[in-house]
Amino acid sequence: MNHTFTFTIDGVEVRGRPGQTIMQAADEAGIYIPRLCAHKELVPHGSCRVCTVFVNGRPQSACTQPAAPGIIVENETEALLAIRRSLIDMLFVEGNHFCPFCEKSGNCELQALAYRFGITAPQHPYLFPKRDLDASHPDIFIDRNRCILCGRCVRASRDLDGKNVFQFVGRGPGKRIAVNAKAALADTDAARTDRAVSACPVGAILRKRVGYAIPIGQRMYDAAPIGSDIEAVRADPHQ
Amino acid sequence: MTKTNAGQRIVIEPVTRVEGHGKVTILLDEHRKVKHARLHIVEFRGFERFIQGRPFWEVPVLVQRLCGICPVSHHLAAAKAMDRIVGGEKLTPTAEKVRRLMHYGQMFQSHSLHFFHLVSPDLLFGFDADPAIRNVIGVAKKFPELGVQGVMMRKYGQEIIRITAGKKIHGTGAIPGGVNKNVSIEERDFLLKDLDQMVVWSRAAVKLCKDYTMEHLAELAPFGSFDSNHLALVREDGAMDLYHGNLRAIDAAGKKIFDQLDYQEYADHIAEEVRPWSYMKFPFIKALGPEKGWYRVGPLARINTCDFIDTPEAEAARKEFMAVTKGAPNNISLAYHWARTIEILHSIEKIKELLHDPDLQGEDLVVKGPRREETVGLIEAPRGTLFHHYRINSNDQVVMANLIVSTTNNNEPMNRAVTKVAEDYLAGVTITEGLLNRIEVAIRAYDPCLSCATHALGAMPLEVELRAHTGELVDRRVQA
Repeated sequence: MNHTFTFTIDGVEVRGRPGQTIMQAADEAGIYIPRLCAHKELVPHGSCRVCTVFVNGRPQSACTQPAAPGIIVENETEALLAIRRSLIDMLFVEGNHFCPFCEKSGNCELQALAYRFGITAPQHPYLFPKRDLDASHPDIFIDRNRCILCGRCVRASRDLDGKNVFQFVGRGPGKRIAVNAKAALADTDAARTDRAVSACPVGAILRKRVGYAIPIGQRMYDAAPIGSDIEAVRADPHQ
Repeated sequence: MTKTNAGQRIVIEPVTRVEGHGKVTILLDEHRKVKHARLHIVEFRGFERFIQGRPFWEVPVLVQRLCGICPVSHHLAAAKAMDRIVGGEKLTPTAEKVRRLMHYGQMFQSHSLHFFHLVSPDLLFGFDADPAIRNVIGVAKKFPELGVQGVMMRKYGQEIIRITAGKKIHGTGAIPGGVNKNVSIEERDFLLKDLDQMVVWSRAAVKLCKDYTMEHLAELAPFGSFDSNHLALVREDGAMDLYHGNLRAIDAAGKKIFDQLDYQEYADHIAEEVRPWSYMKFPFIKALGPEKGWYRVGPLARINTCDFIDTPEAEAARKEFMAVTKGAPNNISLAYHWARTIEILHSIEKIKELLHDPDLQGEDLVVKGPRREETVGLIEAPRGTLFHHYRINSNDQVVMANLIVSTTNNNEPMNRAVTKVAEDYLAGVTITEGLLNRIEVAIRAYDPCLSCATHALGAMPLEVELRAHTGELVDRRVQA
């Protein structure tokens, strides 16, 4: 009880515990800090930078930065919104994201963030990269056109599934998700129920033949914007 | 408009009130008479190529992007094809009825758009009326009740699509082997609220078209008309069925060319001819060859081809329609509109039947069975028979796709209609406003919507070129 401390996010006093990141403390307080590579069950990665906040005036990723007594965190500011918009925008143009027919539409965190940020069309030019598919596995489909290199599959496969199916290869624009096999996903021990599959925030790793089984209107982000579940905690402190 | 002194070629470009854009070339012979006219459409869309490699369950949602007016037709044709891939072609009663409701809603809204928004200005104001008033705004101003009917009927069909597919345009309702939702009691009651009004307006639309056609029959009968074969899906008992059935083809006199043909075997009986001047192919019945085997599809072909319609008011209307030609097939191009309104009435009667069917609220939505790797999905889309043919590999990816869309099926008939109009209305070597308008009227009878076979960007203008037998451009006119 006495091990807690306080700090502020956008002027709101938030309670933190030693060992917590800013994002974890914010989640408990019902303050949503946007994120993509962060996942509650995975170790922080700090790669997408969407959760960037200003801590005492310096930019830090909220998913990796420890909460500390008395720090002043800025989250929902115009400047940060502009940075986050730009990051999301770049992720869209860097891949081939065709939301109109993507089966992840409505359940996609990238799309949901774009909606939350009011992005209707990218400001940067599309790169239209040539990316490949891997349909070799009987139950899992990889569409690298939609991969945002968040690394959730890498961490989930290693830490939750204990398999190490996925790994990054290449650098810079050539960086991509590869599988730990000579040829294709079918040659790994990946399984339909792997957490690495469900952890993908976009439509890059999918369970085959599920498609559009969830009707429009019942998908994850049809009714409320991404982050609403966290913000509901603040609206109802007893939750 | 452009013109040269030497010679004899006319071009009509960008056709108005037709989605997509088209160009007509009229070629004259040495005696400056019309040799033939050709409708050019920017036909290349690329869907058949770029869906290769995509997973099969994605296809019904992906290919419907071909069109914003009739996406449901592509959605359902592809879904019917993919039903067979997952071995689920025998749908549950709920799945089949939800899909049928979606389809009749689509037919109702698309035909209403076609008739009220795009065609009625020609009928109400006359083909020669000033284009400034001969449009849907003009209709709304001079005939406000009719304008409202058109808008509200389209809206009603769109609401059906929203409820069954999740969105008014480009929904996701049909999935391989079934549907992803049923129709709740609340949704059904929402649709029942305006149903009776829709029936009344549908009857009125049939009457409007019938009265107009009968009053102007002498003028309409030869307009862009010609004898042709007709092709459509019919039910096993010969009834019109817009969602599912077997193929029947008849000749201009009504004699059956083939009947109850399983459309999985369409490729054995129908081929597509490539002509050097167009990327859009020309389908024909193999047994008759490309010269004689081409056919019409769409409302006129469906009414001509079926033995009866299984809803009472539309059947009564069909009998009146067939009485004009004493029971023989009707080959009048502008009779498409009357036939179209009969299908509006049929669709709303079917919608009424379905909305009172408790199967819509069933919970059994998807079936699966033995897997296949090749499949054909066919449906009667608003403009005509729509073919989707796919091959899927063992990794669930599309490796081959062939789509024969309604506009492609009507390619030769549209060219014939334009040629006939050019023969009858071209005076000298000048493209008059009257000729331009009439060419558009002829195209619109078949299809206001070239976008499904073509690429559409923004407004759809028509360009007409008149060329001499030497190939020299004589005149050119653009409808913006």
